[in-house]
Amino acid sequence: MNTQAIKVIYKYEMMRAWETLAQSFASPVISTVLYFVVFGTAIGSRIESVDGVSYGAFIVPGLMMLALLTQSIANASFGIYLPKFTGTIYEILSAPISFVEIVIGYVGAAATKSFIIGLIILFTAGLFVPLEIAHPIWMLSFLILTCISFSLFGFIIGLWASNFEKLQLIPLLVVTPLVFLGGSFYSVSMLPPAWQTVTLFNPVVYLISGFRWSFFEVADVSVGLSLAMILVFLCICLIIVWWMFKTGYRLRQ
Amino acid sequence: MQPIVSISNLSKTYASGFQALKEVNLDIQPGEILALLGPNGAGKTTLISIICGIVNASSGSVTVGGHNIDTDYRITRSMIGLVPQELTLGAFEKVWNTVSFSRGLFGKKPNSDYLQKLLKDLSLWDKKDSMLMALSGGMKRRVLIGKALAHEPMILFLDEPTAGVDVELRKDMWALVQRLRESGVTIILTTHYIEEAEAIADRVGVINKGELLLVDDKQALMHKLGKRQLVIELEAELTNLPEALAPWSLESSEEGAQLIYTYDPHKTNTGINGLLQAVSEAGLLIKDVNTTKTSLEEIFVSLVNTK
Ligand SMILES: Nc1ncnc2c1ncn2[C@@H]1O[C@H](COP(=O)(O)OP(=O)(O)OP(=O)(O)O)[C@@H](O)[C@H]1O
Ligand SMILES: [Mg+2]
Repeated sequence: MNTQAIKVIYKYEMMRAWETLAQSFASPVISTVLYFVVFGTAIGSRIESVDGVSYGAFIVPGLMMLALLTQSIANASFGIYLPKFTGTIYEILSAPISFVEIVIGYVGAAATKSFIIGLIILFTAGLFVPLEIAHPIWMLSFLILTCISFSLFGFIIGLWASNFEKLQLIPLLVVTPLVFLGGSFYSVSMLPPAWQTVTLFNPVVYLISGFRWSFFEVADVSVGLSLAMILVFLCICLIIVWWMFKTGYRLRQ
Repeated sequence: MQPIVSISNLSKTYASGFQALKEVNLDIQPGEILALLGPNGAGKTTLISIICGIVNASSGSVTVGGHNIDTDYRITRSMIGLVPQELTLGAFEKVWNTVSFSRGLFGKKPNSDYLQKLLKDLSLWDKKDSMLMALSGGMKRRVLIGKALAHEPMILFLDEPTAGVDVELRKDMWALVQRLRESGVTIILTTHYIEEAEAIADRVGVINKGELLLVDDKQALMHKLGKRQLVIELEAELTNLPEALAPWSLESSEEGAQLIYTYDPHKTNTGINGLLQAVSEAGLLIKDVNTTKTSLEEIFVSLVNTK
């Protein structure tokens, strides 16, 4: 194992985030807080509570998930797309490192960044509404698993993308709608029955539901199912990444 | 001596169907400087990229230090440093950081003394905290060399190190290559410049359309193919050549004002004495005498054209 390589990749990816502090941390946090103010305060004052939880608090897990998913994907996809775009990828390809080490370095750094963003959002939200976390360990586990899975997913997008448009395509056209329709701002049980069934095909529903359960013990689907879904997603991403490196997909001609 | 790099029957066909390398065989000896000479699109970069692990070979095999580049890539790649042809560098990084990154990437523990010496050798020390985008092209090229040497490789690949580099920097680069060789590094460089191969290489390989046409000692190559010409300029133009000069099979040019004699300088009897004597005996007045060496360029052109 080339631990030095993992270290430097991780370190320099984190350094890049640090140097663009405003862009990496401040902007996702600010936009989430804006959602929070608009939805939580403006709309929340008209909705009493959902499943016995005040609306302001109810949307916190969903908003965190929204930020985590978009940030994990954006960070990881850009992290690997950039060297491909500038050509500096030659150095990574010619280095004595395996695909596992590349993935740990890049995905680890991206996941760390979104983990930090998640925590900042949580603390900021705590300033607006009283938050109680029923199952802190579960909450952290969901948080970490989500960061890792979606950073992996972003890494795949970064490898696959051959131009900037493609880099933005999936996050914009697939992920954001899924998150918005995944129960970030409402409980699935508030929908008409037909839509409830449709919603169950949205994988993000399981993520948000599980995550919300770890806060308030209210869930749209069972926690076990939520956990299983996220693990399945993680495995699929791992298999795709493994296949990509095995075949040299879009990296080695 | 066991070759440090051994390439056998290496072929590469790109996904587009284009065959960039055809059954290349080449052994590179430890400590030598090998120049790969070839026109645009000959396959030089492809060959280097395969050895370094950037491009996958279609068939054939390569060993570095006796280890296979596919199965023992960790060993082989840590022996190699690569300076790419293009100036591929990030923009928002600092010189010191990018060089430290390279060292770590190749599995070496940080060593600021070594990196400091390296940057000083490359006259980059005063730029260590500069952003890469703020450097000139020549400086960027040196940063790339610094990155390639950051992990103390035994083998250095320089893909057109002096493209777009001014005369002074080119001389610096050659001096650096010599110093590296003295410290035991094996160097493989590609170039379009014949003078470059002539000036610094021990051996020269000529590559064209994916085929390695020949590899030979630079001296032997010059010896084998390096003919010389003696150009005799006459005071008066000759209408026809005197009978007595026939044995030298001279060519005449400039409407008879010049006689050209092609000879092999490595023979004991070059025939020059006899020729000059015969010229004066024929009553021709000599204005000037001049010899020219066939450069690698001409050798190269003749090789490429005969294939
Ligand atoms: N990724 C690729 N896909 C398809 N063809 C390629 C690819 N890379 C290189 N080639 C082709 O392979 C041939 C050899 O290219 P290569 O870059 O090895 O040449 P070179 O000798 O380094 O040339 P130059 O002196 O211009 O750098 C060229 O005809 C090139 O068009
Ligand atoms: Mg080239």
